[in-house]
Amino acid sequence: MALIVAVGTIAALALSFTVAGQTPASRPAYRAPRTTDGKPNLSGVYQSITEAYWDIEAHSAAPGPVQELGASFATAGGLGITDGPLPYKPEALAKKKDNYANRIKLDPEIKCYLPGTPRGMYIPYPFQIIQTPTYIMIVSSYARAVRTVYMTDHKAAPADSWMGWSNGRWEGETLVIDTTGFNDLSWFDRAGNFHSDQLHVVERITATDVDHLSYEATIEDPQTFTRPWKIALPIYRRVEKNAQLLEFNCVPFVEDLIYGQLRKPSSN
Amino acid sequence: MLRRCVAATALGIAIALLLVSTPTAQTNYKVPRLPDGHPDFQGFWNNTTYTPLERPKGIDREFFTKEEVVEQMKRAAAEESEQTTPGTVADVHYDFTQFGLDRSQAPVALNLRTSLIVDPPDGHLPPMTEEGKRLNAARAEARKRAGAITDAAQNQPLSVRCILMDRDGPPMLAGAYNNNYQIVQNPGTVMILVEMLHSPRIIPLDARPPLPQQVRQLEGSSRGRWDGDTLVIETTNFTDMFMFAAQGASADMKLTERFTRVSDDTLMYRFTVDDPKVWTRPWTAEVPWKKSIGPIFEHACHEGNYSLTNLLRGAREDEKRAREAKPASK
Repeated sequence: MALIVAVGTIAALALSFTVAGQTPASRPAYRAPRTTDGKPNLSGVYQSITEAYWDIEAHSAAPGPVQELGASFATAGGLGITDGPLPYKPEALAKKKDNYANRIKLDPEIKCYLPGTPRGMYIPYPFQIIQTPTYIMIVSSYARAVRTVYMTDHKAAPADSWMGWSNGRWEGETLVIDTTGFNDLSWFDRAGNFHSDQLHVVERITATDVDHLSYEATIEDPQTFTRPWKIALPIYRRVEKNAQLLEFNCVPFVEDLIYGQLRKPSSN
Repeated sequence: MLRRCVAATALGIAIALLLVSTPTAQTNYKVPRLPDGHPDFQGFWNNTTYTPLERPKGIDREFFTKEEVVEQMKRAAAEESEQTTPGTVADVHYDFTQFGLDRSQAPVALNLRTSLIVDPPDGHLPPMTEEGKRLNAARAEARKRAGAITDAAQNQPLSVRCILMDRDGPPMLAGAYNNNYQIVQNPGTVMILVEMLHSPRIIPLDARPPLPQQVRQLEGSSRGRWDGDTLVIETTNFTDMFMFAAQGASADMKLTERFTRVSDDTLMYRFTVDDPKVWTRPWTAEVPWKKSIGPIFEHACHEGNYSLTNLLRGAREDEKRAREAKPASK
């Protein structure tokens, strides 16, 4: 009898781990190398490999919005990183559809605006984690976006921002980042999935082996969605010996796009 | 009136604060160290200064007296706090005292030097080479050809376009306000976060080679190393439109920055510009950075760049009015 209970408990534990973690239960627990303060060392240059930057939901391949760019800017099909269709409120779903229809005008990425969170974690560019006991900096090469994760000096967001205000803590092997204080201007992807300034993101980042991170985030935004939802994806270390972020200061590349119509007609 | 009183009080406090410490090295100062043994520069810093890059005309000394500097700072602070007259357009645009845009509200290290340039010893930029003169004449000519600064976004300075600012550099030099920096260090990496333009300078310390020659960056390619207790950062691979081009430098400039913590609240920043294409000899400047408080906020300049849109729109509107006014005046 006792044996049956014990087996049942183990099965239940394994099941709950699978559901909560969105990762195979068979995954052996990995212990990351430690920093001098004894925490898992996540420092390094990473990049996500996914088609989610086109659309975080499962989607078919589709032509891109710029005919001249042909296949090079066409949408690659992808299985998505969400736990199902996004639970938009009806009026928010209408706005999402409008965003998609007008994405070439409205997508903040096209204007070199800061990517927001979590979008900065799976846009197709490398990012770097620079870890210290008190601050963990997450820097994207795209638009030089910087997130400061406050590990000790937790406080409420003093002002709204694109990347949000991040308070972090360690739960064993996992870095948990709680981010609020967003503006309502960033998107989740190139498909017009969006949020309001009520966005609340809780990320869980765990090294699964020496070159991979498991990334999960719970997205809450009662103004836009009927319930919280989750994304999950692996993140890969850029293993080249000389991996580093190159400057991608994209502002000069979008000036004609943004200000071109205000150029003096006779000037070149 | 009340506001002016508050400003004057704040000014008094700021002057009093900066008198407390000077950037001269604390005797027997023991620099705090990280677990890996290297000096700890982490924290928030501010490089606001009242000292010009080049020695002002008529001054032939290397140092002012402390009394002279305090007097100059008081005078400058008073002028800045009087920048705007209530009820004027200028007052609506920028109330310097209210938004911390005047230097006296920032932590300022007392600097007795008459110029930031310490070498050449006369405090002036060395003479330009013939090639340097040609390069800068060509740049001026190209600017002229491009038209008025209100003709196109690209005619504006990099700072107005939210591409780069003096604080980003490199070299990193103060502007009129918001000269805030955060340094974080871990084994193998130093990051200097410049608040203006949320510019992250990530400097590897692992002796890796610089980027290939053909890879050019606005902020160059920086590599760091420790020289005793001094952090040395060498930067090359600039583009031709980088920030220091405004000072005349070429894309082939080699910049060497040196950080030394000389007291608990002062980080000495010294940089050498080696650009034989432009200057007949290398030159060196020194700026004390004063300990400050955080946090660093997200400075989303480009995302909120209404001023550039409005500058251009205003100019087009003026042209339209001028065209419309012409037939009427005939």
